[in-house]
Amino acid sequence: MSGSEGRQAHVVLRGVTRFYDGAADTPRVHALGPLDLDLWRGQLFSVVGPSGCGKSTLLELIAGLSRATEGEIFFEGRSIKGQVPDGIGLVFQEDASLPWLTVWDNVAFGLRRRGAPAGEIRRRVDDALRLMGLRDFATAYPAQLSGGMRQRVCIARTLVLQPRLILLDEPFGALDQQTRLLMGDEVLRVWRETGATIFLITHAIDEATMLSDRVGVMSARPGRFLEVVETGWPRDRDSRIAGHGDFGKLTAHIWSLLREESLKALGYGPAFQ
Amino acid sequence: MVLRAAVLGGGVLLLEILCRLGVIPRFTMIPPSAMAVGLVALLRTGSLNRDLFATFTAVATAVGSSVVVGVLAGMVVHAVPRVRRVLDPLFATYYAIPIWAFYPLFIVLFGLNEIPKIVIAFLYSVVAVIVNTLNGLDRVPRVLLKMARAYRMGPLATGTTVVLPSAAPFIITGVKLAIAYSLIGVISSEFILASRGVGYRLSFAYLGFDNVTLYALILLLLVCVTTINQVVYAWEQTLLRRWGRR
Repeated sequence: MSGSEGRQAHVVLRGVTRFYDGAADTPRVHALGPLDLDLWRGQLFSVVGPSGCGKSTLLELIAGLSRATEGEIFFEGRSIKGQVPDGIGLVFQEDASLPWLTVWDNVAFGLRRRGAPAGEIRRRVDDALRLMGLRDFATAYPAQLSGGMRQRVCIARTLVLQPRLILLDEPFGALDQQTRLLMGDEVLRVWRETGATIFLITHAIDEATMLSDRVGVMSARPGRFLEVVETGWPRDRDSRIAGHGDFGKLTAHIWSLLREESLKALGYGPAFQ
Repeated sequence: MVLRAAVLGGGVLLLEILCRLGVIPRFTMIPPSAMAVGLVALLRTGSLNRDLFATFTAVATAVGSSVVVGVLAGMVVHAVPRVRRVLDPLFATYYAIPIWAFYPLFIVLFGLNEIPKIVIAFLYSVVAVIVNTLNGLDRVPRVLLKMARAYRMGPLATGTTVVLPSAAPFIITGVKLAIAYSLIGVISSEFILASRGVGYRLSFAYLGFDNVTLYALILLLLVCVTTINQVVYAWEQTLLRRWGRR
């Protein structure tokens, strides 16, 4: 599929809606949508929105971990129907490293599952560890690492499979601000080196603005895109882009879109606004 | 470790002195050094080999079967919440049941052989494994299950490569308990109705006022149980350290 200005759509969402069945005697919950979105190949797209607006639901739908109630999602032109397609890698907010495996074995996990030859596993795991700066920790267990390093292990485990689309679900949510900034730089570097499309869910407006080519701003539940903001950043960037003159304007604009929705999500009425 | 050895050594030394001074009559207890000498002598005769084989084969069979059945049953019960709701209260009160009361029934069912004591040991230990397996499965982080789905792993692969390893520290606790309960089950069964085994020899020595053999066998059991427990404990500690839980 191709889109505007000759850009190729990597993921396409059309009328995607998600309802959840309510508990006994309660109506079903309209969590998301309807949503339309074209995610361009090789772009870094972030989603910000108030708590409970369905950001993670959206990511799970794109990943194929859950099914849309209505509408369709296409990845590389093929419809995603409740199964994770080949070529998609996921990094979760929570620590998903396997504590009984060393860093090296954690990173090799997916390749071994695929039955890749030993030589190829060794080469690709070593490359992924180098890319994520984990070479010196190959024989360590996750419990011996900091939260940021464990998240890097999870990113390396995803990268080693060379996904064409990387879905990041608030991957830095549990990290301190300085580590978040540095991890953001890591993501940008990986993004440039791999050429993958990245779809990032975050609750941090500055993080979304800093990292992304486009930022999708979502409404309170049921989550819909209020606006997709183009940042216009050069591809070769890092966290120092926060010093750019437009950074503050973009962040302020996104917050102006989000503030009312966040108040709604918190249950405050119009009087407060 | 040093402190533990010092406490143990001090206790043994105190017992030795009290026995040697006659504060504890020899008729009641012999000194620990005499127990050790008695044990070495007993082992040298080779007369204990048949009993040791009978006891430890029964314990190993009971532990092995309770671990296999317990882990599988735990997985099945965990997978079917309705079954879990029915069985949970029964598991909680299980150890109030006097399993020993069923011994005559097992003899009628299985005959006067090794099987009744293995069944008793199995019944003593299997629920400990089930309960600990359930505890472990309850604590498998949901994100790991999501990760397994992201890797397109089926239920079997998820179970064997993600769920069971994640629950392993709890399952090992179940194994530890299974070893202890199986040993209790087998030895006590041999005490009452058996023609061989360490429990039978203990009972024989006790009834014959043969304190040297009695305490030599008690010492043997203590050494065996402590060694097995320490090995499993060390394994458990290694895993827990790796998991970051210690």
